[in-house]
Amino acid sequence: MSALQDLVTDVAAVPATPTKSLRLGMLASLAVLLLLLGAPLLLKSFVIFQITMVLIYAIAILGLNILTGGSGQVSLGHSAFYAIGAYSSAILIEHYDVHYGLTLPVAGVVCFAFGFLFGLPALRLSGVYLALATFALAIAMPQLLKLSVFERWTGGVQGLVVTKPDAPFGLPISQDVWLYGVTLAIALAVYLTAVNLLTSRSGRAMMAIRDNEIAACAMGVDVALYKTLAFGISAGITGVAGGLGAIAVQFVAPDSYTIQLAIALFVGMVVGGVGWLPGSLVGAGFIVFVPNLAEGISKGLSGAVFGVILILVIFLAPHGARQIATRVQHWMHRLRSK
Amino acid sequence: MSPRAAAARTRAPLVAVREVSVAFGGINALNGVSFDMQQGQILGLIGPNGAGKTTLFNCLSRLYQPCRGDILLDGDSILKRPAHKIAEIGIGRTFQNVALFGNLSVRDNVRVGAHARSSSDIVSDALRLPWVRRGEAKTNATVDEILDYLALHEVADLAVAGLPFGTQKRVELARALAAEPKILLLDEPAGGLNHEEVFSLGALIRRIRDERGVSVLLVEHHMGLVMSIADHVVALNFGRKLAEGPPGAVQNDPEVIKAYLGSKQP
Repeated sequence: MSALQDLVTDVAAVPATPTKSLRLGMLASLAVLLLLLGAPLLLKSFVIFQITMVLIYAIAILGLNILTGGSGQVSLGHSAFYAIGAYSSAILIEHYDVHYGLTLPVAGVVCFAFGFLFGLPALRLSGVYLALATFALAIAMPQLLKLSVFERWTGGVQGLVVTKPDAPFGLPISQDVWLYGVTLAIALAVYLTAVNLLTSRSGRAMMAIRDNEIAACAMGVDVALYKTLAFGISAGITGVAGGLGAIAVQFVAPDSYTIQLAIALFVGMVVGGVGWLPGSLVGAGFIVFVPNLAEGISKGLSGAVFGVILILVIFLAPHGARQIATRVQHWMHRLRSK
Repeated sequence: MSPRAAAARTRAPLVAVREVSVAFGGINALNGVSFDMQQGQILGLIGPNGAGKTTLFNCLSRLYQPCRGDILLDGDSILKRPAHKIAEIGIGRTFQNVALFGNLSVRDNVRVGAHARSSSDIVSDALRLPWVRRGEAKTNATVDEILDYLALHEVADLAVAGLPFGTQKRVELARALAAEPKILLLDEPAGGLNHEEVFSLGALIRRIRDERGVSVLLVEHHMGLVMSIADHVVALNFGRKLAEGPPGAVQNDPEVIKAYLGSKQP
């Protein structure tokens, strides 16, 4: 139990930050935002697509982060919610001709409902046991999607092809750039609402539960309610990412959403820093680019190379990108005071 | 007895514990315990280890369900309420071994304390709607006042896990006060404190009672503290009430002395 539990409780989720470092954080966020806004002007279309995928995974990891970093519940099954979101969007677009923009909130709401319902039995589990239960969900999902009962909508093993949207109003930009813009806007909106949530009364209640359930209860926090809400919100956000992913990849199929995706999201969360929301973007970059990098180093041993890189990262910065950010902050302060 | 407590005698009790029994397996942790607690009183609950003090505490904060008996607050039974609806009727508590939210700052710990005195829903919280801002402003004002009251402003933005034990105990007190309780349950507040700290803790508990109108139910091993600040003392042993009355009388009660020191060998 301890290893997973430490992962969640060892680190301050929303640490007490002095105003000086807040300003530094703001500057860093602005720089990242400017880079992301400028990216389409400088980069080739394939790279744009890759960064779109980074943003999409960042949203999914952010969802997982709210659950694990926020409320202290571990999930190895978020690929399932990502899949439900993806299929919701794909089915609505292809079978019912719904505008892709409208399918995303639907994907979010559907996944919120699934997550909330899954959160109810999960109330009885914690730590590694919850991890196992969610793992089971991830294992089951691809097969459920292949069921012949749903084949009319899901396309069974074949999956569904999704048409990529054109830029509206005859804007002179490519589909890839347009989708990148849409994804960036949604990622930004999701990030801001998540920050609002975690710094609010509800967010504090969730973090109180993470740190000490009995004390939280004595303070009047409805533990069951906030734990299931955290599950719902987390699944909903990951579902929106799934919907965006389906549109970006233009294809959904059961075997795109295996346990491997769930593990990738988990790895991304840990590499970014559990409970540190900006880390979601770093973690997403890691799970998109590092496998490519590993393949570049050795085609035959790409998995092993990826493993070595992962071990190095965990060894050098066990708290992920957050740890590096804090260290940089310290250096900056020291430089300034000299 | 303080004048406040004397005046309280004539009114109905704030808390009435009626024949409460709790059993774990075959062991009777509490066996038909009854006593009253008056408004404005500091009531000391004493007894050797395993006497049932913490069990009674956990009944009051609804962590345990008594198998018999009833507990009334202002005449209404609290036993039908779930544990998370105890703070809102004015029962606040601290824990024996400090149960803070370690990763949160002192300020956020105290803010969570105000949870029962505020309301919001996740959608408004996520969108930070105007009434959410107003609610947060109100909570922050309460929290600031309490941080000042307990001299915690200097450490307000630090994570509690790294603070000294004595400070953590004060944070726990601040968190409990943020819920504006009518009655404060303090579970061994002097545990782990040095002599001077215990002395100032006693003064602080009195101040909280006098200035904030909070009645205090105090479970404590430190006899000096209980005898110096309690208006009324209830002594438990093996889940039964041994004696009850003013501190001096209970202290000299032969049954109580026997429970603490053992009986003389014949």
